[in-house]
Amino acid sequence: MKAKVYVTIKQSVLDPQGVAVQGALHSLGFNEVESLRIGKYMELELGDVNKEEAEGRVKSMCEKLLANTVVEDYRYELEG
Amino acid sequence: MKFAVLVFPGSNCDIDCYKAVESVLGEPVDYVWHTATDLSPYDCILVPGGFSYGDYLRCGAISRFAPVMNEVAKAAEEGKFVLGICNGFQILTEAGLLPGALRRNMSMKFACRDTVLKVENNQTPFTRDYEAGEEIIIPIAHGEGNYYCDEETLEELRANGQIAFRYKSNPNGSVDDIAGVTNKQGNVLGMMPHPERAVNEILGTVDGKKMFTSIINAWREQHDAANVR
Repeated sequence: MKAKVYVTIKQSVLDPQGVAVQGALHSLGFNEVESLRIGKYMELELGDVNKEEAEGRVKSMCEKLLANTVVEDYRYELEG
Repeated sequence: MKFAVLVFPGSNCDIDCYKAVESVLGEPVDYVWHTATDLSPYDCILVPGGFSYGDYLRCGAISRFAPVMNEVAKAAEEGKFVLGICNGFQILTEAGLLPGALRRNMSMKFACRDTVLKVENNQTPFTRDYEAGEEIIIPIAHGEGNYYCDEETLEELRANGQIAFRYKSNPNGSVDDIAGVTNKQGNVLGMMPHPERAVNEILGTVDGKKMFTSIINAWREQHDAANVR
C-alpha cells in the first residue's frame, strides 16, 4: 500500500514562498498566473495494512506530524 | 534557582543561554540533552534557538517529539517557567504549549539585526522588571519568525494579555506585530528575538538582562525569599 500526502498552506494564510515564485513567473512573462501556492508532497510505503486501516493511520500521521493544522491543510491518496 | 538549557541536535544558541544565566544571574545552570527524561531538579527551562533537526519538515516539528518534551509539558503544567527563544519558540508552538505557528518571513529573507520591541505586558514572570510600554533593543536572527494565529485566537491573546512583546517596526510579517506570546497561565513564553544575546555592552545592548532578572525575582517571590540579597 502506498500513500501520497499533499500538504499546503491554508488559503487564509499568506504563503510568502508562493508569492515570491508567482512574482518570478510574472517577471518571466507568465502573467496569466493569478495565484501560486507552494506545498509539500510525501510518498509513504505502508506495510501490511488494509485500506480502511491505512485511511485512519495516515489521517492520524497528518494530524500529529506531517501537517501543522494551524497553518496547513492536507489531503492524501491511497494506492494498491 | 536552577536553570536547564535544553540541547537538541542542531541547537546553536544553547551556549548563549547558558552564559546569559551564568553572567547575569550567577545561578546554577545545566545543559540538558534532548533525550533526558527528568527535569524535576529545574525551576526554569530554556529552550534555545538554532536549527534543531535541520528544521526538517517544519521548524520544531521533529524536536517536539524528543523525550525531553514530555518533561517540558509537565514542567509547564506544574507552573515552572519555560522560555522558548527563536527555534525554541517554534518548538513550543509545535508542541502545543503556545498558540499559533511561525511561518516563513514575508520578505523571504533571513532577518538578522537589532529590533525595537515594546513590552506589552510587564505582569509576566519574564517581563516584570520592565516598565509597561518600555521600548527595548533585542536582536533577531530568523528566516521563519512570521507569527500567525487565526482571528479568534488573536482576540483571546489580546483579552488575556498574552502578547508579551510587539515589534515597533514589523520585520517579518507577524500578525499584529507580535514578537512574543505567553500561554494563558503566563508561565510559558515564546519569542523570536534573542534576549540572551543582549546581556552585555560588548554585544551592543543590555536590554535582555531584565528578562533574566525578572525570572529570578518572580521565582523568589513565589518562594517567599523576595527580600534576600
